[in-house]
Amino acid sequence: MSFLPLADVEMNNETQPFWDALHNKTLLLPRCTSCTSVVWYPRAHCPVCFSTQLQWEEMSGRGTVYSYSIVAKGNGRWKESGPYVVAYVDLAEGPRILTNIVGVAPSEVHINMPVQAVFDTGDDARVLLRFTSVSSS
Amino acid sequence: MSVRGKAFIAGAYEHPLRTIPNKTVQQVHAEVAAGALADAGLSFSDVDAYFCAGDAPGFGALSIAEYLGLQLTHIDNTETGGSSYLLHVQHAAEAIAAGHCHVALITLAGLPRSSGAGIGGAGRFGSAPEISFENFFGLSIVAGYAMAARRHMHEFGTTSEQLAEIKVAAASHAQHNPNAFLQNAVTVEEVLQSKMVADPLHMLDCCVVTDGGGALVVVSPEVARKLSRQSVPVLGTGFAVKHVNNGRIDLTHTGAVVSGPRAFAEAGLAPSDIRYASIYDSFTITVLTTLEDLGFCEKGKGGEFVSNGGLQAPFGKLPFNTDGGGLCNNHPSNRGGITKVIEAVRQLRNEAHPAVQVPNCQFALAHGTGGNLATRMGSATLILGQEV
Repeated sequence: MSFLPLADVEMNNETQPFWDALHNKTLLLPRCTSCTSVVWYPRAHCPVCFSTQLQWEEMSGRGTVYSYSIVAKGNGRWKESGPYVVAYVDLAEGPRILTNIVGVAPSEVHINMPVQAVFDTGDDARVLLRFTSVSSS
Repeated sequence: MSVRGKAFIAGAYEHPLRTIPNKTVQQVHAEVAAGALADAGLSFSDVDAYFCAGDAPGFGALSIAEYLGLQLTHIDNTETGGSSYLLHVQHAAEAIAAGHCHVALITLAGLPRSSGAGIGGAGRFGSAPEISFENFFGLSIVAGYAMAARRHMHEFGTTSEQLAEIKVAAASHAQHNPNAFLQNAVTVEEVLQSKMVADPLHMLDCCVVTDGGGALVVVSPEVARKLSRQSVPVLGTGFAVKHVNNGRIDLTHTGAVVSGPRAFAEAGLAPSDIRYASIYDSFTITVLTTLEDLGFCEKGKGGEFVSNGGLQAPFGKLPFNTDGGGLCNNHPSNRGGITKVIEAVRQLRNEAHPAVQVPNCQFALAHGTGGNLATRMGSATLILGQEV
């Protein structure tokens, strides 16, 4: 659990299963049954082979840091968050996704650092997929 | 169909102010339009095509065309962020070559300084399909470019000192521009000691936030011949979209790897022919990566290329952004773009400040990067010359 802001995500029929799964602490992503690509971000259409035959599949939640930045001071609701880490994480299953690295000092974060999914929930229905270092999870 | 030599930039105008209180955005569009038309020796009644992008309020080009009182047979609202206006030049050249119009007006205007907006774009993307998967992680514009810089450093050994050299060159040019927002020279040390905004990018790695605008007039060869003012032929154009690509983005290159070769092929020129380059400089890393992607140096060698005054006018390897660029002079509406074309036209007309005018500037390149290096972008390259 981190103290970074959550947000009201925009759910729709294409993305609802992804968000529902996060609430159950599971990472589900669509996999194309035609070309086998894991699709990111979730949608009803495979942007690689253009098939609409996709199946939801549980991901391992494991990955590595591809790149990151320590933001000194955020804007808006992030203003009081102090230094925080924005990163791209390479999921073991393929996609490179935008996220935060939490639960570890920003100065400890490095490229290729092994990370594990954190299901960051608030008091209400909101949830975001963040990552923490494998050693601190 | 090639547009090589089929259209000419006859008018170019940059608003002289960097803070414009008490004016509307459309008023600034009108002021820069009048400036560019006067530069060309034309008037509003000569215009038969109008181009603008997302900075135009209301119904975009339709609203502003009506506000200005234009009577049009062609219009284009293409929005690709800061590269829009370079793409508009390409579109104008295509429309002129196809006979749809003869005098095309392109404008940009914005008031982010007076309206208190920070660096970055307006919040117009609320319903974008990617929004819930990106914007909720505190991804500031700077942080996106910072991730690109971090990865470039990791793969190629690029340093913060090398990025700072880009700002140092821009600042050395801005000293000669009395309209530039920042007119002071800076050192590598001053860049490195400026506040860290999003590691590894410092405050002085970032562009300025300014009010302002600019306009261009693109005309057919027949119109150009009748004008007394020197006009600048469009020799090569290239555009490409680069996006996240199903979560497989590579942060170390831009769409310039596609747009650049296309523009050079159309112009029949190579990077070594270019005497002056306007390179989109939202951040120092934008310049470094773009220079590599356009083929001015090998991929990964950008740091070396920009060091030791490589970008400094008039005698560096590749003089760049002699107006001071977005880093020092002007980044109107948080996107610039049009200012890149305007300074290239000044260089080709031999009208840059004497201290930074490139001698025998036969061919110039202007490149725009719109969107974000860390997600999706439109990359537009123009090659312009003194004559066809």
